[in-house]
Amino acid sequence: MKIRLDHVVKTFETFRAVRDVSLEIESGELVALLGPSGSGKTTILRMVAGLEYADGGHIYFGEQDATGIPVRDRGVGFVFQHYALFPHMTVAENIAFGMKVSKVKREKAAIDTRVGELLRLVRLEGLGDRFPAQISGGQRQRVALARALAVDPKVLLLDEPFGALDANVRRDLRRWLREIHSELGITTLFVTHDQEEALDLADRVVILKDGHIVQQGTPEEVCRDPGSAFVMKFLGDANMIAAEVRDGKAYAGGAAIEVSGLADGKAELYARPADLDWSPQGPGIPASINRVLDRPGGRRVLATTEAGEHLEFDVEPERVVKAGDGGFVTLRRAKVFAIG
Amino acid sequence: MSAIATRRKPPRIGDGPVFRRSLIGVVLVLVAILILAPLIIIGVEAFSKGWQVYRDTIAHPDTRHAIMLTVLTALVAVPVNTAFGIAAAWAITKFDFWGRRFLLVVIEIPFSISPIVAGVAYLFVYGLQGIFGPVLDAYGIKILFAIPGIILASMFVTAPFVARELIPLMQAQGRDLEEAATSLGASGWRTFFAVTLPNVKWALLYGVVLCNARVMGEFGAVSVVSGNIRGQTNTLPLHIELLYHDYQAAGAFASASILALIAVFTIIAKVALERQGAGRVRPRAPEAANLAEKAS
Repeated sequence: MKIRLDHVVKTFETFRAVRDVSLEIESGELVALLGPSGSGKTTILRMVAGLEYADGGHIYFGEQDATGIPVRDRGVGFVFQHYALFPHMTVAENIAFGMKVSKVKREKAAIDTRVGELLRLVRLEGLGDRFPAQISGGQRQRVALARALAVDPKVLLLDEPFGALDANVRRDLRRWLREIHSELGITTLFVTHDQEEALDLADRVVILKDGHIVQQGTPEEVCRDPGSAFVMKFLGDANMIAAEVRDGKAYAGGAAIEVSGLADGKAELYARPADLDWSPQGPGIPASINRVLDRPGGRRVLATTEAGEHLEFDVEPERVVKAGDGGFVTLRRAKVFAIG
Repeated sequence: MSAIATRRKPPRIGDGPVFRRSLIGVVLVLVAILILAPLIIIGVEAFSKGWQVYRDTIAHPDTRHAIMLTVLTALVAVPVNTAFGIAAAWAITKFDFWGRRFLLVVIEIPFSISPIVAGVAYLFVYGLQGIFGPVLDAYGIKILFAIPGIILASMFVTAPFVARELIPLMQAQGRDLEEAATSLGASGWRTFFAVTLPNVKWALLYGVVLCNARVMGEFGAVSVVSGNIRGQTNTLPLHIELLYHDYQAAGAFASASILALIAVFTIIAKVALERQGAGRVRPRAPEAANLAEKAS
């Protein structure tokens, strides 16, 4: 089902958590709300669920205005960060809960069959009799998902679904959630502060800051063409170098790069660690190496420019560099944003 | 080699046998002096004049009436305060509203106020010179020096017991479970009975047991509002005091033994219920179990 947010506003006491957010989620789409803490992403999710009410604006489910529909009747599946499994019920009872309390009466046998199907779907066959305390964190999150899916929700909402899990389990669950999504085709909205998770999993990423949407697009769009310094920094490691734009070129201490559509004047140049390189000879930004960190895939160099800027960049494993070396940082590519 | 001689590890703090034994010893002695000795004295003194006197005291209409009145008070006050405690805990922990913290403080007041102050306050509210006294009197409703006053005073004193047990636990459990249940389509009542209650039942039971014990044993507030009319408005604790002042020590102790017995039975009932329940529910989530322990 298509979800549409139209100029939604939410204020807690005096804190404006969500300011005028408009957003469309196509039917069957998997969308990530990505932002630092306090950016309003969870509040947006909870308003879509009906766990919070919007102070202004409207939320549409398809053509229906769902803004005032209470959570109980909204027909959403919500997965909580800390699972929120009922500790006194078995896994099967947890999954069956939504069907048991539903206004639509179901036969017990039908419920049991459905629970069996869902356990298979989340690959927890045979664990139906366990209690939440007896299974692992990853398994609990899968039970939480099965429980949410049991009521055939119009939309699936996940609040930092993998936030409490360790890195490996996280990666597996991410793939698995993507598979489930392709299998069921349910419109899904999830919240995360982890860029990697958002970029790995989502069809579309919505980046939020201070209750506003700052940019949205496919992972490719937001990665290749970040619209602001904030997005550039938030999506991954970035080096900032003071620069000046003159005649379509940005100059940063001896290095220069073509830019288009920027007026002359002061600017900030952002480059990923892989966008910079090291060369003993100029032209480039004169710098000296402070440390070299060796990693399986290459060497990370920490350097300081003559202007006192700290830079981090990666060079190939074979490259001979060491702390104390002087030389020049060169630009492979960079994003330049005018100041102000 | 001297290495072997010095291999004995230095004891960790509190690990030395002397320290451990003296600590256990101190606790045992204190328990014996402070808790066990009085209980034993009650038993011994109650039967000091023989089984006959004991039976006569218990069988005396005034004593029987006092027992009935105490039980009646508990039968009214405990359920009402349980309902109040659940409602208050639910409101405070699951909703945000103006004055929430203030309510939290107000609920605690009966804990910090001397019961006798509560009794005197009731005199001024419901007494003939009090605020509602004349109106109530005009309609022929008697609250003070009658059963309603006793029940009201007992309820005041024990109002926080259930709420106090539930609030920390429910606060720690947060709202996720209720939100999850509601998002799955459960009604408010359904959420309460299927999700909230099972997760707080031990704390609730503990609160009810404490509340009951306190209602039955309440003396100060009740002594002010009851008027101590023998066979009419005398609860068991008041009756004990009356007997004692009448130099009927054996009778006082006999009545006290009943109160003590009730107390012991409540504790046993609580433990038994917990055991049975714990066996039935089997493995509770460790977090929930820890929270319950912290709360109690």
